[in-house]
Amino acid sequence: MTLCTESLSEKRGSMELEEKVIEIIMEQLDVAREQCLPEASFTDDLGADSLDLVELIMEMEENFGVPISDAELQNIRTIKDVITFLKAKSTQKETS
Amino acid sequence: MKREAQIALITGSSRGIGKAIAVKLADAGIFTYINYRQNERAAIQALGEIRERGGEGELCPFDVTDLAATKGAIEKIAREKGRLDILVNNAGIVIDGLLVRMKEVDWECLIDTNLKGMLNCCQAASRPMIKQKWGRIVNILSLAGEMGNAGQVAYGATKAAVLGLTKSLARELGSRNICVNAVSPGLIETDMTASLEDEVKGKIRGQIPLGRVGRPEDVAGAVFFLVSPEADYITGQIIRVNGGLYM
Repeated sequence: MTLCTESLSEKRGSMELEEKVIEIIMEQLDVAREQCLPEASFTDDLGADSLDLVELIMEMEENFGVPISDAELQNIRTIKDVITFLKAKSTQKETS
Repeated sequence: MKREAQIALITGSSRGIGKAIAVKLADAGIFTYINYRQNERAAIQALGEIRERGGEGELCPFDVTDLAATKGAIEKIAREKGRLDILVNNAGIVIDGLLVRMKEVDWECLIDTNLKGMLNCCQAASRPMIKQKWGRIVNILSLAGEMGNAGQVAYGATKAAVLGLTKSLARELGSRNICVNAVSPGLIETDMTASLEDEVKGKIRGQIPLGRVGRPEDVAGAVFFLVSPEADYITGQIIRVNGGLYM
């Protein structure tokens, strides 16, 4: 029972995170929700330039309280990349 | 055009050229933050003058060489006023001397204030300007940075560096409707040039086509133009206010 509720709240947490990430992307890049597919690339599909990316990252850093290094930034190309990255960071934070 | 909602920060504006810029902008209805490092008495006077003329402003003391302090002060403005429209990077120091006689600490101080100080302010101000997708940055250069001047090797180097800063930043921020320009004064009558001997000043004056030393207000006029709607399509440029001394 306990296990089950834990996984449920975990799931809820990750959905909230995804929702927040998409909200930020819609706001920052001025794109519609339909465009925010997991595989959508910021530069190729969502029309982001280098400043947009920097703004987006700063916004993520502020919202989720995690610093994102330039090296980590190199690996972030799609919406899925950001979500995976933030999830990994938040579990790191919880376990440490 | 109404400009009452605009917010400006002018670094080093307790006296001299900075003060003249602050007064000019405040006269036009721009809310003006007067930045200074040490001279509080002069800053209070400058603010008093602005208010007497019907303008609005506030004191904003911080040391431009201190990135954390600069960021803190600019974030506070953006938080309180909801925006920062105009940054005039005027704070600067001068230490003259022939290079062979200068000390390391001299050029360290010059680079810290004149170059690093501008980088600090530009970085801090870029954030709110990018967010609001509008901004005007004006950097104050010097004739010494363009023409060269014996006795100002390090000073001239910092001012030339700021020209590079201005052009690159103009390219970085152009897509956000942020214009970055420079104003390069020649010989202007201020405390900074008061120490020059009359003989030296006389010699320079002889080479100025307009035949006179400049006033801080002459520089303020050019800055005002660059932050006005008339200059909306100008970025990465340099306006020389030197009476024709260098063309």
